[in-house]
Amino acid sequence: MLAEVLRRLMATIPVMVVVAIAVFALLHVTPGDPAVIIAGDYATADDIARIRAKLGLDRPFLTQVGIWLSQVVRGDLGTSIFSGLPVSTLIKQRAEATVSLTILAMLISVGVGVPLGIVAAWKKGSWIDRLVMVVAVSGFSMPVFWLGFVLVYVFAISFAWLPVQGYQPLAAGLWPFLRHLILPAVTLSVIYMALVARMTRASMLGVLGEDYIRTAFAKGLPPGRVLVRHALKNASLPVVTIIGIGFALLIGGAVVTESVFALPGLGRLTVDAIVRRDYPVIQGVLLIVSGVYVLINLVIDMLYVVLDPRIRY
Amino acid sequence: MRDLSRRQFLAGTTAAAAAATVRAPFAHAQKRGGTMRFIPHADLKVLDPIWTTAYITRNHSYMIYDTLFGTDDKLQIKPQMVDKWGSTDRGMKWSFTLRDGLKWHDGPPVVAEDAVESIKRWTKRDPLGKLLAAHTAKITPVDKKTFALELAQPFGPVLDALGKPSSNVPFIMPARIAATPDTEQIKEFVGSGPFRFVKDEWQPGNQVVYVRNAEYVPRGDTPSGSTGGKKVNLDKVIWRYIPDAATAAAALDAGEIDWWENPPLDFVPRIEKNAALATFVTDPRGTQGWVRPNHLQPPFNNKKARQALLYMVDQPAYLQAAIGQPKFYKTCPALFTCGGPWESAAGAPPKQDLARARQLLKESGYDGRPVVVLDPTDIALTHGAALVTRELMTQIGFNVDLQSMDWSTVVARRAKKDPPAQGGWNLLFTWWIASDVINPAVHAGISGAGASAWFGWPENGEIEKLKTDWVRATDRGRQKQIAEEIQKIAYDEVMYVPFGQWVLPTAFRKNVQGILQFPAPVFWNVSIA
Repeated sequence: MLAEVLRRLMATIPVMVVVAIAVFALLHVTPGDPAVIIAGDYATADDIARIRAKLGLDRPFLTQVGIWLSQVVRGDLGTSIFSGLPVSTLIKQRAEATVSLTILAMLISVGVGVPLGIVAAWKKGSWIDRLVMVVAVSGFSMPVFWLGFVLVYVFAISFAWLPVQGYQPLAAGLWPFLRHLILPAVTLSVIYMALVARMTRASMLGVLGEDYIRTAFAKGLPPGRVLVRHALKNASLPVVTIIGIGFALLIGGAVVTESVFALPGLGRLTVDAIVRRDYPVIQGVLLIVSGVYVLINLVIDMLYVVLDPRIRY
Repeated sequence: MRDLSRRQFLAGTTAAAAAATVRAPFAHAQKRGGTMRFIPHADLKVLDPIWTTAYITRNHSYMIYDTLFGTDDKLQIKPQMVDKWGSTDRGMKWSFTLRDGLKWHDGPPVVAEDAVESIKRWTKRDPLGKLLAAHTAKITPVDKKTFALELAQPFGPVLDALGKPSSNVPFIMPARIAATPDTEQIKEFVGSGPFRFVKDEWQPGNQVVYVRNAEYVPRGDTPSGSTGGKKVNLDKVIWRYIPDAATAAAALDAGEIDWWENPPLDFVPRIEKNAALATFVTDPRGTQGWVRPNHLQPPFNNKKARQALLYMVDQPAYLQAAIGQPKFYKTCPALFTCGGPWESAAGAPPKQDLARARQLLKESGYDGRPVVVLDPTDIALTHGAALVTRELMTQIGFNVDLQSMDWSTVVARRAKKDPPAQGGWNLLFTWWIASDVINPAVHAGISGAGASAWFGWPENGEIEKLKTDWVRATDRGRQKQIAEEIQKIAYDEVMYVPFGQWVLPTAFRKNVQGILQFPAPVFWNVSIA
């Protein structure tokens, strides 16, 4: 197992190199030029050329790639063209909000979606099943920004229970931290909750028809124990897969949620950087995020082995 | 400023003349202390006001730096850091003495050398500064508090240059910082202004924090614009960048924010109905919109084709599409803005005349080639203008190729002089605040400098000569006459077509008092009751 983990970790290196080069290449074929944006309205062609030279943007593409990769290998993600701050500092400033939001949204999604899926499968065809599926389809169909504004209107404006926007780090205290994250996390989790509920239901339905489940019920085991310990464990592989994919979706979906709730997260950092063509920031964030995706996939693969001993790598 | 930061600045777009001006929120009894939570129009990314022309950087710099002269709400230039000044030899030799009590945030006193180095760096980037430098023989410190400016040629707007209110503003920095090359960003942010910048709490994309500079000694006179006593009542100012307008509106409504610099106009009626909120137009001269042709490429390398545009544009139609609410806009024929000292209708066409536009286009020999119009769809204002333009151009016989893109792409694309088929362009839309187009010396659009003129690159020697005459004129009447001559030529050559003028309201909770009229939001004189 450990050898497999190490082997897979080593295998991520070429993946990351390919990702890094692809990101770099894509950015440099995108229209837009940070030197022109920096130079401003009154700049002459010479001014722009001087700024491009200063930023190293006048060098051949392969030279730029080489310089950037050599910096990355040394742990240096570069410096923002605009703010002059190190990209690693900008990522550190933003990572906590995004990670907190993603984890809380995932907890809500799984904490609510999995039980709903189990109950819907157990009560297949009943009004409970239909209700759960109506809720799931509705949740899946609601635009994140719309739901966000509805929640803000109800809970922040009308009742004034929660703040409209902003973020407080965990260091500021648990309640201030949670207060600012509840609405964004609920908003972000709804779609994914629906996905988890549907996937859990479908997976459970396949398992609940098995002989060993019938046997467990026949032995007189309580339904909760049968559903969770016997059925869910065997139905969990597709659910775990979808949770893994979900992390990626949540990080992507966080862009909208972060904008609606003015959360200073990685999503907004990326969008702002793209708008300004702040290449080092975009490259740095995408590299880190793609690295996180690769690691999540690795963890999911390892979980398969834990959940199903028949699986071998 | 044609920089990204203007996107949110005009996101929903904006406001009209004095009609929209709610009562000025001057305080009767100003409370000392408190924290102001403010939503700026854009995210503060760049901290060097000489390196960039972005308005958000200018606004940040008004917090932490001071200026030698300022501009009041009547556009009068008045001293700020300067105590005494004077000129001799018919305005060829100037002397400026700094007032007492000026100190840098890190302790040392402000000296004349700081002012000299700051002015030198500013003159390398700013167009008016470059003109001043071109007319200057030398600028040197005389003693700790006095410096001298000796002109090589007559230059009328010396004080206007040093008191220039908008980007690039000649902010005064310590000499060691001002010695940074103009192509590099400064790395220290030490000013002598009324607030200190808390760099450790700066989070680009989220917040900027300022605290009161307890050492600041304001002038004794009444504050007006960037002149007078910059009396600071607030202990702390937090700029919270909230890019989504609906979220910003909700935050203001819920009392999480005190002051929102530029709400989109769609939100203004709702704000005006809220008893806890108020609006106020801080820059009553507002903003001017442009349709700018590329003079290098056909068909607009032909004067008659450009004149067809002039007779095609109907300001009310553009303003309705771009701004939407009549109380916030007005038609204006003056290229140097309506409400400014050089306002004139000289040379402007009397009204839209599509028949004449068609005829002029025909006379231009237009061959039906596609005309590439840049349409930044992420900016409501210019997108609206682009759609009206396509409709009108089609009506008069142009074959329009409306190309949708984001503003960043426009910024890169507009710099290309290539033919439109090779990545260039024929027509673009932009806007400038009044302070940036208020006279011939600062107006970027009225330049005949060809390749070195603003994007569109018109070439006209007569305009250049007249602009030189204008800056060398020291008589107000003569300047007015020259400004009118320049405007006539600019209209005849169709350097650009103005599509109107509008104003932007600011919104705040009613416990905020003392907001001043000025193109930038300033926080001195402001208090929270």
